[in-house]
Amino acid sequence: MEVALAEVSKSFGAVRALREVSLTLTPGRAHALLGENGAGKSTLIKVLAGVHRPDGGQLLVDGEPTRFASPADAKAAGVAVIYQEPTLFGDLSVAENVAMGRHPTRRGGMVDTAAMREQAELLFERLGVDIDPKRPARGLSIADQQLVEIAKALSSDARVIIMDEPTAALSGTEVARLFGVVGALREHGAAVLFVSHRIDEVFELCQDATVLRDGGFVWSGPLSEQTPDGVVRLMVGRDLDALFPKQDVEAGDTALEVRRLTREGVFTDVSFDVRAGEILALAGLVGAGRSEIARAVFGVDKPDGGEVLVRGKRIRPGSPGAAMAAGIGFVPEDRRQQGLVLAASIERNAALASLNRLSRLGFLRSSAERSLARDWAVKLQLKFSRLTDPVGVLSGGNQQKVVLAKWLSRQPKILIVDEPTRGIDVGTKAEVHRLLSELAAQGVAILMISSELPEVLGMADRVLVVREGRLVGEFSRAEADEERIVLAATGVAAG
Amino acid sequence: MAVTAIRELGILIALAVVVAVTTIVNPLFLSGQGIRDLLLNACLVALLTVGQTMVVITRNVDLSVGSVLGLSAFVTADTFAVNPVLAVVVGIVVGALCGLFNGALVGLGKVPSLVVTLGTLSVFRGLDFMWAHGRQINAANLPDGFLALGSGSVLGIPYLVIITLIVLGIVALHLGSYRSGRELYAIGSNPEAAVLAGIPVGRRVFTTFLLSGTIAGLAGVLAVARYGTVDATVGNGLELQVISAVVVGGVAIFGGSGTVAGAALGALLLSTIGSALEVVHIAQFWQQAITGALLIGAIALDRSVALRVAARMRRQSRGVSA
Repeated sequence: MEVALAEVSKSFGAVRALREVSLTLTPGRAHALLGENGAGKSTLIKVLAGVHRPDGGQLLVDGEPTRFASPADAKAAGVAVIYQEPTLFGDLSVAENVAMGRHPTRRGGMVDTAAMREQAELLFERLGVDIDPKRPARGLSIADQQLVEIAKALSSDARVIIMDEPTAALSGTEVARLFGVVGALREHGAAVLFVSHRIDEVFELCQDATVLRDGGFVWSGPLSEQTPDGVVRLMVGRDLDALFPKQDVEAGDTALEVRRLTREGVFTDVSFDVRAGEILALAGLVGAGRSEIARAVFGVDKPDGGEVLVRGKRIRPGSPGAAMAAGIGFVPEDRRQQGLVLAASIERNAALASLNRLSRLGFLRSSAERSLARDWAVKLQLKFSRLTDPVGVLSGGNQQKVVLAKWLSRQPKILIVDEPTRGIDVGTKAEVHRLLSELAAQGVAILMISSELPEVLGMADRVLVVREGRLVGEFSRAEADEERIVLAATGVAAG
Repeated sequence: MAVTAIRELGILIALAVVVAVTTIVNPLFLSGQGIRDLLLNACLVALLTVGQTMVVITRNVDLSVGSVLGLSAFVTADTFAVNPVLAVVVGIVVGALCGLFNGALVGLGKVPSLVVTLGTLSVFRGLDFMWAHGRQINAANLPDGFLALGSGSVLGIPYLVIITLIVLGIVALHLGSYRSGRELYAIGSNPEAAVLAGIPVGRRVFTTFLLSGTIAGLAGVLAVARYGTVDATVGNGLELQVISAVVVGGVAIFGGSGTVAGAALGALLLSTIGSALEVVHIAQFWQQAITGALLIGAIALDRSVALRVAARMRRQSRGVSA
């Protein structure tokens, strides 16, 4: 079965996640899908899986235009997906997880439990892994969960198998066995779509590749025409423009020190300093642990070990209140869920981190709340109709300005910003960048997390790269370039 | 599987302890009639737990079952004047319609079940009061043959118990051994993954509410046969007993695991404790306190197991990345 996308587009609100992307999955061939974080890979997979319907373009199965109304349709058509995040049922047995939706049945429709276990055992044997089909899926290690996902996809006799970073959690021998199985599937005429950040793996396993960048189509063709370095260049190759005006500032004293911070299974032994006037960027892949480090520094999650010092003084771990009192502000990654109260007014949101200062005898003075919001609305050039409007009606960029106003009104000495410009239009993006640069010039220490390399390179004085929960590279502004960072973040040997 | 079996064993042990202690105080507690009474008292709640279990397994809740039972009971009792067979059918159909309404809002309209059934808890009870209009229907207005259903027995086993066991058996078989039943566990265990696995989540949830309502309708018919006297307050507050029994019986309140047999045993345990306290002359209000304590104990047990598993998982995943 041949599955193809022809000039498929997909938008979420104002964000265009895919723009006229075409790709063909051919029986008997493995096709790599490559691109940086946010390039649109996951959206593309979900279109093929029937989770999203494209806004434009067509999905073709054996040349016929087809519409997958639901994941069930895609499954019925023979498409199996192994998602990056395991989608197991923790309460059910491993065997049942593999069989869910297609239980083997006896005459009369009763589920044949023995056949179900046998099926799982055979699949695990084929994969060469030792998992007890009778045990519940809850408590399996991430690697074993991933293997159960793979068994699930194999069990459905799929003609098209999509694997979204299946090897991220697997050990070397497990990866080798998986590759053996994929090879066998190809020989039986299945088409494989393979997503991985490990470029060497891609060259080992795949014959074709498609490269996406910022939701757009960059290149597609046989991998024999490419070198690993060439592919990385295609993934990142953007012209750096003058959008990011970080002023050069003489860095002052150390404002924030993080010492051997550890959270079990999430990140390990993370140490770094940020100085006043400096912008330090944490770069790395999604899921590398960058946001989790930021959350632990601010005290949202309690670390298992290590400490955070603000101007030499240790702050109480696991307490956002203590972090705020020490002068830290935190603009989270997901502003709609974590940064704002969407149904509350602009002024309420802007004042939310300053309630103590705005209250008298325990009563909040709404006049003070309003004047604070008005001041910051002017300073940040917020576009709004009334301060009493719910913040949810603002555009993404203006919402982000409200989150910034919330923290800036506290005059923080240290500001942590996680993906400060995600989903924001270009004009507002530049304003946010200018604002961060001005803050640094005023002596604020800024810790920035960003998955957009141009933003990292344009804004940061120093770049730390996080891979699998550890700091694996540090680059000064002069040393940092896209290839170095991507190579450090993906663990591909340079050269 | 093993965990739920241990839970069911635990309930049986608790039951044995309660019965043994009470029998020492009053030997009549374990007579043939005594056991029959215990089972009869537990029957209606146990029947409702069967429907509720299906709903809770999908990570939902049906708070309206007490009101559905009440409405069905009154409509049934009122229809006897027209035709006895029709009365039984109408009672069950009333329950099914109530379940259909809940199911449409939750399963197809995607409104949280807590809100929907909290609303219909009042709505259905309101309809019951409107229909009853202050009237009470007594055993004298009902045919003897029907009342025998509530008190009679075959081979010493009350009809009510037999009916409950039949419904329980059918639902247990469905949940345990049929694809659509197994899918209910998947939905409650991980709703997003259930969608990705191609399970028709909305339709399955709709069906569980429809069945829960239908079973509550049947329970309403049986309530008329058992008590003979019906007014608009029958089954008031019953939903809390039912949910307590379900949770004590080992059905996870956040869905994904549990069995109807466990839930029915939970109902039997709670009602036996109630009877036992009467026999040993402990005041009625202690019964509520003990029910509450058991409920919290059961949830604390589930929670501590879940925490232990989560901790183990984190250690394992660290082992992989290290």
